[in-house]
Amino acid sequence: MSLAENETATAPAALVPELRAICGEDGVLTDHSQRRTYENDGLAHHREVPGVVVLPTSAEQVAAVVRLCHERGVPFVPRGAGTGLSAGALPHAEGVLLVTSRMRRILEIDVANECAVVEPGVANLDITRAAAPHGYYYAPDPSSQQVCSVGGNVAENSGGAHCLKYGFTVNHVRGLDVVTPSGELVRLGGKAADAPGYDLIGAFVGSEGTLGVATRVVVNLTRTPEKTVTLLSAFESMDAGGGAVSSIIGEGVLPSAIEMMDALAIEAAEAAVACDYPAGAAAVLIVELDGPAAEVDAQVEQVEALCAAAGSFETRTASGAEERALVWKGRKSAFAAVGRISPAYIVQDGVVPRTALSEVLRRITELSADSGIRVANVFHAGDGNLHPLVLFDDTEPGAWDRAEEVSAKILDLCVEHGGSITGEHGVGVDKACKMPRMYGPDDLETFDLFRRSLDPEGTANPDKLLPTPRLCGEQPGVRRDVHPLVASGQATQF
Amino acid sequence: MTEPITGDSHQRFSELLDDCVHCGFCLPTCPTHVLWGQEMDSPRGRIHLMEQMHSEDVLSEAAVSHFDNCLGCLACVSACPSGVAYDALIDHTRHRVEEQYERPLGERALRGALFSVFPHRDRLRLMRGPLRAYQATRAGRLLRRSGVLDRISPTLATMERIAPPLSSPPPPLPEFVPAVGRRRARVGMLVGCVQGAFFPEVNTATARVLALEGCDVVIPRSQGCCGALSGHSGRLEESAGFTRALVEVFERADVERIVVNSAGCGSSMKHMDRTLEEAGAAPEWVRRARAASEKVVDLTEFLAELGPQAERHPVPVHVAYQDACHLSHGQGVTSAPRELLARIPQMRVSDLPNKEICCGSAGVYNVLNPEPATELGDRKGQDAASTGAELLVSGNPGCSMQIGSALERAGTPMPVTHTARVLDVSLRGLDPGVLLGRS
Repeated sequence: MSLAENETATAPAALVPELRAICGEDGVLTDHSQRRTYENDGLAHHREVPGVVVLPTSAEQVAAVVRLCHERGVPFVPRGAGTGLSAGALPHAEGVLLVTSRMRRILEIDVANECAVVEPGVANLDITRAAAPHGYYYAPDPSSQQVCSVGGNVAENSGGAHCLKYGFTVNHVRGLDVVTPSGELVRLGGKAADAPGYDLIGAFVGSEGTLGVATRVVVNLTRTPEKTVTLLSAFESMDAGGGAVSSIIGEGVLPSAIEMMDALAIEAAEAAVACDYPAGAAAVLIVELDGPAAEVDAQVEQVEALCAAAGSFETRTASGAEERALVWKGRKSAFAAVGRISPAYIVQDGVVPRTALSEVLRRITELSADSGIRVANVFHAGDGNLHPLVLFDDTEPGAWDRAEEVSAKILDLCVEHGGSITGEHGVGVDKACKMPRMYGPDDLETFDLFRRSLDPEGTANPDKLLPTPRLCGEQPGVRRDVHPLVASGQATQF
Repeated sequence: MTEPITGDSHQRFSELLDDCVHCGFCLPTCPTHVLWGQEMDSPRGRIHLMEQMHSEDVLSEAAVSHFDNCLGCLACVSACPSGVAYDALIDHTRHRVEEQYERPLGERALRGALFSVFPHRDRLRLMRGPLRAYQATRAGRLLRRSGVLDRISPTLATMERIAPPLSSPPPPLPEFVPAVGRRRARVGMLVGCVQGAFFPEVNTATARVLALEGCDVVIPRSQGCCGALSGHSGRLEESAGFTRALVEVFERADVERIVVNSAGCGSSMKHMDRTLEEAGAAPEWVRRARAASEKVVDLTEFLAELGPQAERHPVPVHVAYQDACHLSHGQGVTSAPRELLARIPQMRVSDLPNKEICCGSAGVYNVLNPEPATELGDRKGQDAASTGAELLVSGNPGCSMQIGSALERAGTPMPVTHTARVLDVSLRGLDPGVLLGRS
C-alpha cells in the first residue's frame, strides 16, 4: 500500500497542518487503518472511511476546527461514543470527523441548583455516578447509558425506558454551549430555567449534528426516589398485556416505566441470561413505580390488581436493587440476546399512539406470518415506542432485502396509525429517505430553511436527518421551486 | 467462558470477529480508552483493526502498536452483552503479530531478555540475591528519588520500582502437605514463577490454609511455568511447550483439583486445551489438556466451594479488596474472595472505586509499556488510598507489585498482601500486625 493511499489523500488533506496546529499532533488521525476504525457507528451496515479524524480537548479547539471547515467548505461530522443506531455519525469521505471522546470532564455537580455541568464526551451514566452520593441522578437512561455520550444524547434527543414519566433529553437540558456551523461559540440558556424568547435549546436538542456541536451541557439532576418497586407480570397473550397497560394508564397511575416483551424476545433473553421469567408467558410486562414510599406501596397494590383483572397469571414484585436488576436483566439484554436465536437482525424503532398498540402488534404478526420472517417485539409500552427486531439469516441470499422490506412496512404501519418513524434512535442517514412518509414537502422545506439559516454552506453533518437527492434519488420530497415565504419576501434563502 | 479457535483457526477467527455488533459497551471499561479516548485503543477499535488484518492480510505498524497497547485485562469480555471472545481474538492476533511482524531491534532484544527470565523461577530466584543487597543499601531509595532511571530508561525504572521488598525467603515447600483434621480433598498446587520467586510466603500460606481446611496438598517440585506470560505475548510455541510439561506434571500428581493462587496463571490454565489447539497439537494432547484444565480452580473459588471447616480467628483490620483482572474478568471470580474475607470476624472489607479498570500490571505489560502502566498504576493507587483501608488485598502477584509501587510513589504507602495470607493469619490466630508490617 503506497503512502499516498494510506495517508489522508482526499480534500481535507490540505487542512491537516492547520488541524494539527489546533488539536496537536496526537489529536489528528490520518493513517488509513486508524481512520477506518471510525467508519461506522452502532449501525454497522452503513460505512464510510472519514477523510480525517480530529480529537479536540476543548470548546476552543472544536470552534477552530469548525471555523476552518466553514472557511474551506469542508464538511464535518460530529461523533460522541459512536453508539448511535441511525448512522447519524456516519463519516464523510471528504470531510472531518470531529470526535468528542476526549472532552469528558464533569465540570460541576451543583446540588443546590439541582444541575450538573458536563463536557459532551461524558458518558450518560457517569453523571448519575457523580450525583449519586448527593442523593441525585440523571434521569434519561438510554439502554447504552454506560457508554453513550451526553453530547450524542443531546444530538439525538435520547430517551430510555424511564422517559414515560421523566421525559426525553430535551426535558433535562437547561443550558448549552454550542459551536455553530460557522464556528461561533454561543451560549444558550444556563443554570436558570425557562429563559424567554425562542426555545433554541429545544431546536438544538435532536438536531443530529446539523446545527453544530455542543461543547458544554447543563443538565437537570433529579432527586433519587425514596422507593422504587419493579413488577413483573406474565400474560397468555399480547392483547391481554396491552389491555393491562391501557388500564394502568387509564386509572391515572404513572409508572416510571412500562416495558413489554413477546414470547420470541423472552425466548432470546432466557437463552442469553437465564432471566427465569414465568414459564409459558406469551407476554411479560415490566412495570416500575417510584416516588415517596407510601405512594409507591399504594400503587403497587393497584397495579397488581389491574394486571390480575387484565388476565395476568403471575405477578412478581421486586424492591431490592439486586432483585430489581434481575427483573431488568432479561429486558436489558434483549437486543444483544436476539443474536443467540438468529444469525442477524434489524432493530427497528417506531412510535404509535398507545391506543393503536394492539392493532399495530396484530398487523406486525400478520406481516411476519405472510413473509415468513420472524419478528421479536421488545418495547416501551407506556409511550408506544416499538422496537421490533426483524430476524434473518445473513448467509441466505436476498434475506437482508426481505427483512429490510418487513422492517420498512412496520414503519409504514406506525405512520398509518398516526405515529412516527423513530422514537429514540434518530433519523441519521438510515431514515432520512423515510422522512417524506411523515412530512409533506412544505414541512420538509421549512426544516431545510431553518437548517440553512444556521448552516448556509451545508457543511454540518450533511446528508443526515433531511432527505437529499444524492441520498434518496429524485423524489426526496423537498421542493425544487422557491418557498412561498421567500417569494413573498418574508424569508431569505441563503 | 471462551470458545477455542478450533481446527481451521483462520475460519474460526473470522466467526469470532463476526460476533461483535459494534455496540461500544466495552469502551468505558477499557483502560487504554480511559487513558486516551480514541477508538483504535478500545476493544471495539481493535476488533476493527483485526478485521482489517484478517480481510486484507495487512499488518500496519499503527495496528501493531494498538494491539501492543492492549493490556489483555479482559474487562471488555465482562462488559460485552454479545459474548464476544475477545481473549481468544487478542491471543490469536498477538501470535500472528509475533509470526508476521518484524519488530525494531531494540524491542526484540527487550522481549527476548524478558522471556529468558520471567517464565523461569530458578532464574528469577537468582535475581533475589542482588535485589536484596541493592534494597538493603538504600541505594535503591536514593536512585528512585533522583529520577535518574526514569530519564535513562522508563522500562528499567519500572522494573526497579515494582520489585517488591524482599525479606529472607521461607524454607522451600515440601512436596506433600497432609490435611489437618478430616480429609476433604486431595489437591495439587501451582507455585508460579513470579509468586514463587518474589512472594514465597504467599505459597506457604496457601499450602497451610488448604491443609487447615482439610486438603492433602501435592506440590510437585518438577513443575515449571504455566505458559501464561508467553501466551499473552503471542509466543505460542513457547507457551504450548510449558503447557505440555505442566499437564504431565499434574497428571502424575493424581489430584482432584489443581489450586492456583495467581490469577494470571489460573486464567490461562483454565483453557490449556485452547492453547494447544491453537498451536496445532494432536487431539490426544488437546484432550489431556482439557482434562487438566477442568481441574483448575482459583484458591478462593475452591475454598468457597469447599466451605469453611477450620475456625476463623478475629482480624480487626479494614481491608480494600482489589479485583485482579484475570480473576474477575478472566475467571468470573468476584464474590468468593469477598465472602471469604467478610467471614473473618471483625474484618471490614471495602471495594475500590473503578474496580473493573486494570491497575496496569498485566503480566509483563508494565515492563514493555511503562508510561501507560505507570499512569494506570497511579490511578489505582489513588482509588486504593481513597478507601481509607489499612491493607490492600489482591489475588495476583503482578497487581501487588504494581499497586504497592504506585502507593509508595504517591507518598501514601499501604501494605499489600494476598488473600491467602489474610486467611492464614485468621486460621492460625496470628497477630494481624504481620500483615501490616508491624511485627
